[in-house]
Amino acid sequence: MSAVTDAVRTTAPGNPIAQSIRDSLVVARRNLIRMARIPEVVIFGLIQPIMFVVLFSYVFGGSMDIGGSTSPEVYREFLMAGIFAQTVTFATAGAGAGIAEDMHKGLIDRFRSLPMARGAVLTGRTLADLVQTALTLLVLAVVALLVGWRTHTSFGEVLGAFALLLLTGYAFTWIGAVIGLSVRTPEAATSGGLVWLFPVTFVSNAFVDSDNMTPWLRHIAEWNPFSATVQACRELFGNPGVSTSDAWPMQHPVWASLIYSVLIIALFRTLAVRKYRSAAT
Amino acid sequence: MPGAIYAEGLVKTFGDVRALDGVDLDVPEGTVLGLLGPNGAGKTTTVRCLTTLLRPDSGKAVVAGLDVLKQPDAVRRSIGLSGQFAAVDEYLTGRENLQMVGQLYQMRAKAARARADELLEQFHLADAADRTAKTYSGGMRRRLDLAAALVVSPPVMFMDEPTTGLDPRNRQQLWEVIKQLVSGGTTLLLTTQYLEEADHLAHDIAVVDHGRVIAQGTSDQLKARTGGERVEVVVHEREDIRAASALLDKYSLRGPGKGDTTVEEHMRKITTPVAGGAKLLAEIIRELDTHGIEIDDIGLRRPTLDDVFLSLTGHVAEAGGEDEGDGERTARDAGGRGHRSSKEAAK
Repeated sequence: MSAVTDAVRTTAPGNPIAQSIRDSLVVARRNLIRMARIPEVVIFGLIQPIMFVVLFSYVFGGSMDIGGSTSPEVYREFLMAGIFAQTVTFATAGAGAGIAEDMHKGLIDRFRSLPMARGAVLTGRTLADLVQTALTLLVLAVVALLVGWRTHTSFGEVLGAFALLLLTGYAFTWIGAVIGLSVRTPEAATSGGLVWLFPVTFVSNAFVDSDNMTPWLRHIAEWNPFSATVQACRELFGNPGVSTSDAWPMQHPVWASLIYSVLIIALFRTLAVRKYRSAAT
Repeated sequence: MPGAIYAEGLVKTFGDVRALDGVDLDVPEGTVLGLLGPNGAGKTTTVRCLTTLLRPDSGKAVVAGLDVLKQPDAVRRSIGLSGQFAAVDEYLTGRENLQMVGQLYQMRAKAARARADELLEQFHLADAADRTAKTYSGGMRRRLDLAAALVVSPPVMFMDEPTTGLDPRNRQQLWEVIKQLVSGGTTLLLTTQYLEEADHLAHDIAVVDHGRVIAQGTSDQLKARTGGERVEVVVHEREDIRAASALLDKYSLRGPGKGDTTVEEHMRKITTPVAGGAKLLAEIIRELDTHGIEIDDIGLRRPTLDDVFLSLTGHVAEAGGEDEGDGERTARDAGGRGHRSSKEAAK
């Protein structure tokens, strides 16, 4: 069986970590090409947060009490960290739908029959989503500046806030990956990826001052991983409405946001890769 | 030494369903095995187990000399899989698809691109190389999918119903491609619902039903199990059926009056097993003529794989297609083991 052994030798594996990175990048590239060829998805992904910025700042602004002020300008600055954070978490739905579609179309079978790194299909997808999230954030930041949002801190702190946002978004796409691998159709992944995000992003400090909530709801909001990122951004942007609660994540929001994100990635990546390996279409 | 594809006692259950109930296969290097069976027989599950996509509950599988359960990654480097659904990314161009697969087979980007160009040429896709696969016809997508499975010229190939859903012309084309491929020495396991396809492409055929291989052999060997040739006559007038049937029964293999001659009243068709070939056929025609029986059709039929399947399983292979078989679909309802029509003993 000389033909057999020859074929094996010519494609012998190299360093597994290098292979994993290479394979992930190949898959990420593939997903980015797809995104570029279906620009509707990216555009709709942008319209929604922009609409939120406009609606929230003009409808709610003026009737919201942020740290004792009901000025619309104050609310607009308060709001933006919340919108940024909500936007990055919505990448979950895209990741889930994309992976569910790959399952549905039989592409996951093809990938699984190839001698590629195990987690690369999912890592590639989440990396591509990260690029899309970064682009969305960039556009959104411009819109925010246009409606009057300003930062009052150093450039480094602002960059740090955006880095935290991207990490949060990246962590959430791994939740999307698990959803995408668990459902039967891409449509189910889209709605399944979105429904739970509404309570998560609304029972938080993103759109209202959580200090004004009833105590039990306030506790949930303060320990919500999503709130930690919002609080950290407000702090790093120097925006108003930073919670003075003595809950640990509110006192140390940057650390809390980092820890939450890393925990989510560790847990959901493990789950997703395990599901991928035993995926049955 | 076991063949390039070897399976022993593969069992896989999904809940209560025993999808594989002890599948044994042995495909010698450089040959083509056709895995033939109706929907749900266990063909795809077998392929999924052999290509590392699914872990069997028990049993042994060796592909290209490698243990599928113990060395799945090494197996993946030695196989190509072309699925039932053309698994290409429809938003990528033909070239991008093949290049991606090449890179995931751990080829360098440049080598993968060169190989992609080669394959696009070989599969007559060069003109469409820079169009997204979304714009391809069904036949082009299948060819692209097949090309993707061939990127590293793997010594062992699996094709799961490669032509299901294709029109006859595209199927014919794909058959040519597959024939070329196996003439180069590739070992191939091919699943199909099309009896004609297995007959056409495979050296050996394994018939699967309810998760087991119920028969294996060459097309001729399987046909021999069903019995030899038979004469079929379709008479023009309904009232001639009786006379013609009595006449034909004289020539039946075991002699007259044994009840071997069958009649399908509604089609005015009489069938009897014979031995004697064309010479006998000429004699029967003369005899019918002498008796003034007008015929619409007469022929010497060798058993089709359809017949084989029926006699082995007691039911017809339920193919999704519509263009194979010989118009005897009604037999599915008859359900009798090996008998397609109501038997009428000739006097």
